[in-house]
Amino acid sequence: MPRTRCSFDAVAVPKVMGIETEYGIALRGGDPNPIAASSILINAYVNHLQRKVGWDFEDESPGRDARGFARDGSSPPEVETHLVNAVLTNGARYYVDHAHPEYSSPECRDALSIVKWDRAGERILQKSMELAEAILPGDQHIAIYKNNSDGKGNSYGCHENYLMDRSVPFATIVNRVMPFFVTRQIYTGSGKVGSEVPGVDGVAFQITQRADFFEEEVGLETTLKRPIVNTRDEPHADTQLYRRLHVICGDANMAEVATFLKVGSTAFVLAMIEDDIWGDRDLSLAAPVPAMRQVSNDITLRRSLELETGATMTALAIQWEYLGLARKWAEEHGFDAVGGERVGEQVLDRWEQVLAALETDPMSLNKQLDWVAKYQLIDAYRERNGMDWSNARLRAMDLHYHDLRPAKSLFARMSMEKLVTAEEVEEAVSEPPRDTRAYFRGRCLQRWGSSIAAANWDSIVFDLGTDPLRRIGMMEPLKGTAEIVDRLLESCATPAELLERLGS
Amino acid sequence: MTERELKKKQTTKERTDEVVEEAPATTERGDKLKAEIDDLLDEIDEVLEVNSEDFVRSYVQKGGE
Repeated sequence: MPRTRCSFDAVAVPKVMGIETEYGIALRGGDPNPIAASSILINAYVNHLQRKVGWDFEDESPGRDARGFARDGSSPPEVETHLVNAVLTNGARYYVDHAHPEYSSPECRDALSIVKWDRAGERILQKSMELAEAILPGDQHIAIYKNNSDGKGNSYGCHENYLMDRSVPFATIVNRVMPFFVTRQIYTGSGKVGSEVPGVDGVAFQITQRADFFEEEVGLETTLKRPIVNTRDEPHADTQLYRRLHVICGDANMAEVATFLKVGSTAFVLAMIEDDIWGDRDLSLAAPVPAMRQVSNDITLRRSLELETGATMTALAIQWEYLGLARKWAEEHGFDAVGGERVGEQVLDRWEQVLAALETDPMSLNKQLDWVAKYQLIDAYRERNGMDWSNARLRAMDLHYHDLRPAKSLFARMSMEKLVTAEEVEEAVSEPPRDTRAYFRGRCLQRWGSSIAAANWDSIVFDLGTDPLRRIGMMEPLKGTAEIVDRLLESCATPAELLERLGS
Repeated sequence: MTERELKKKQTTKERTDEVVEEAPATTERGDKLKAEIDDLLDEIDEVLEVNSEDFVRSYVQKGGE
């Protein structure tokens, strides 16, 4: 791919971001239909809340492509509208996507908030399991897994979303983020026993769940021929000002540090791209698609990747380059775009610590990174019992690492490092972030849920009973924050008053 | 060598020094770690289903996204 010379006039916009996870689901003892099981699960939760607000599909256009064209027939939403689809008071969306329960976090301003609302998602799934258990016949049980594959070639995703300045050419983003996506796997991976690439059987353990499933460099697909850089162009915001980079190449993480670093470092890199601090650097990989697997399959982290320039670098060396640039960027531009100095510094420090440890003693990160923790545990069990890597018990351990049932979770027993407290997570189950439009969405749902007919990322539709439905648009992700709307909300006793004040 | 490159070199060197100094602590930590993992390994068989083969085989998902 030719290097893109920069001539765009962009400024890093605050990285409003979200993380969405499709969970694995198994219903044992009953109808194994995953769509039915997912519906039972989510309905159990939503009915328990007694406040059911549906999703509004008005502005969805998942077929729009960032490269400037739309896929035929892309207008109607690809999501089946008859399936359960709820908006929660914490600003999140909780629904059945394809054959999985999916939780999409509310919009957050920094990586630490992402950790908190991602963890809140796990709690919501756990509560849903408990509630479903109470409804289901005694011999039927639902189990939920926060992973990305069934070990048989079927994958489901954990996607990240980042707000970006529309004026950055998409080709520039692709060019500069590609080597980052390929190499960040060394800390974003959740680990996996074996390989799911047909015909490949020499892989005992690899760093990521997802690397086996990427077949293209750039594209719109998410379910087949998956691309490393996804081109979905659906900002859920003012399309003149913004794009939303939809990132599909990451793993679902159990480890808080892994989630934090994955989202934190990516936010830095995207802001660096917008502010165009690249200079002459060219880290373009000669072959990004095979490189995805090469990095994932190399737990020694020693193998070099070939660059387009002909030079070779390890994934670690490429990550050091990005970190160096991130420090330079922060010195010149500050931390505003990545959620402020406190979290920004924390990301940079953590990034450096993790790279340094990966360089000298990767196994020392067994309380921080999923793939290290999982590898260490499974390998120790394997050695103790003199097992071969193909033993089914090791694959079972791999699954139980991601098991959200407290009694069956291996992760829960491993005392991994925490970045947020259990109380903070519990609060995030029902409370929205205060610093994005998710606040307005969440607060309106808390106060006037019964008057809200539907909601989505960029609007809320009120049904006051007498008038026609009335929509409040929220096209600006940075408005609707506590700072901006708290006084307004407090001064309104009814939704009618709110609508009147807003002139909707 | 530019100032930036020099600075980076120094950072790399400092990192290496730190690791050397920390070596004894690493061993101690390693022992503690091993004990911890041993305890955990003792619990694994209680967590795993009796028939792992079946458990793993029956976990089939539809592709998503």
